[in-house]
Amino acid sequence: MPEMAGLDEGTPLFAQVASRLAGEIADGGLAEGERVPSTNELAAFYRINPATAAKGINVLADDGLLEKRRGIGMFVAAGARQRLLARRRAEFTQRYVEPLLAEAVRLGIDTDELFALIKEAGNVREGISL
Amino acid sequence: MTAAISVTGLTRKYWDQIVLDDVSFTVPGGTITGLLGRNGAGKTTLLRILAGHEFPSSGLVRVLGGAPTENEAVLRRLVFVREDQAYPDIKAGQALRAASWFFPNWDSALASSLLDSFGVRANKAVKRLSRGQRSALGITIGLAARAEVTLFDEPYAGLDAVARQVFYDRLLADFAEFPRTVLLSTHLIDEAAALFEGVIVIDRGRVVLDAPADVLRGAATRVSGPCLAVDALAGGRPVWERRRLGSQASVVMVGPLSQDDREQARSSGLDLTPLSLQQIVVQAAAGVLAPVPEAGFETERTSA
Repeated sequence: MPEMAGLDEGTPLFAQVASRLAGEIADGGLAEGERVPSTNELAAFYRINPATAAKGINVLADDGLLEKRRGIGMFVAAGARQRLLARRRAEFTQRYVEPLLAEAVRLGIDTDELFALIKEAGNVREGISL
Repeated sequence: MTAAISVTGLTRKYWDQIVLDDVSFTVPGGTITGLLGRNGAGKTTLLRILAGHEFPSSGLVRVLGGAPTENEAVLRRLVFVREDQAYPDIKAGQALRAASWFFPNWDSALASSLLDSFGVRANKAVKRLSRGQRSALGITIGLAARAEVTLFDEPYAGLDAVARQVFYDRLLADFAEFPRTVLLSTHLIDEAAALFEGVIVIDRGRVVLDAPADVLRGAATRVSGPCLAVDALAGGRPVWERRRLGSQASVVMVGPLSQDDREQARSSGLDLTPLSLQQIVVQAAAGVLAPVPEAGFETERTSA
């Protein structure tokens, strides 16, 4: 396999570039108002075609998460982080809770036991109190 | 974007053997396109015709708007790096100097720096270079020429994985700075896949696939899990491949999956794995692009 800095070959690369950038914005790695890497920087980093990298950036720009400043580049738009976090929160049930419940049902773990397990794991992992 | 290369109804015969059979495609200007296919599929013949080294038996070939054969106006703007490039009895540095006379956009600083990255000494005689070093010399000429149309035909015989990565990195870097049209034939699809904006797959002289690379990624999904659940999801839909082992089944579903499909897969305990570009190209080159009939499993085995 080529070394594409963690991208995988089974999903459109532009979509993966977009979701990596979105992840960085949501985690605060790329602050609002900060310049995002250029198409060529992304292409060199991920070792992908520059047109593919550009398409990834455009996904976020079309979504209003990035804004273009003529002649300088793309910047993280104001409010981008909050919007991304709200979106992730909305997806939380579907992405994490539902698969968890499905597996619990398969294993015959009932809700009480599941709550107990979550609580226990939360205690082990400090900082999350339930 | 206007087409840098356009081929319409191209056929090439040697005596009674048809090497290229009614081939049509276009390559947009300013893109890197992969020309993929098995050995003997016709890739080299196609590239030789595009480079004006060979005549078509019939059909129309246009490179930068003109026919390439014996056309100085086109050939000056085109570089062709062959798999087995032969050189006269000269030193590597002299080969670069000779190349610099032919290509109007030649960058000699880039040429020296590339040769250096590949660890080839300019004062070494070409005939004393290893196979990989000769490939590196060809790649150096192909990139430093900065020709508007750059054709690479399996340019890396004998190059190790590290040197091939140097080639990919330098190609991307220079392409980003000086966009041009690159057509690269390779059988190392997995390695080179991320370079391509478009891919053209030929098999037995015919184009069997011509699409943007990112459209192909995830265009097919392997679905595996309990037989009944697989059938419930994939039944009546186009699939490429069916396998079964005991109560487990696995099929490749063609076409994007909807949100409902994913939901159904999750709730019935199915595994979804998107096929990589390489896997899709392999399917295309093996001639299984057409969906296989629903009845009958290709590999049927039962664990008693």
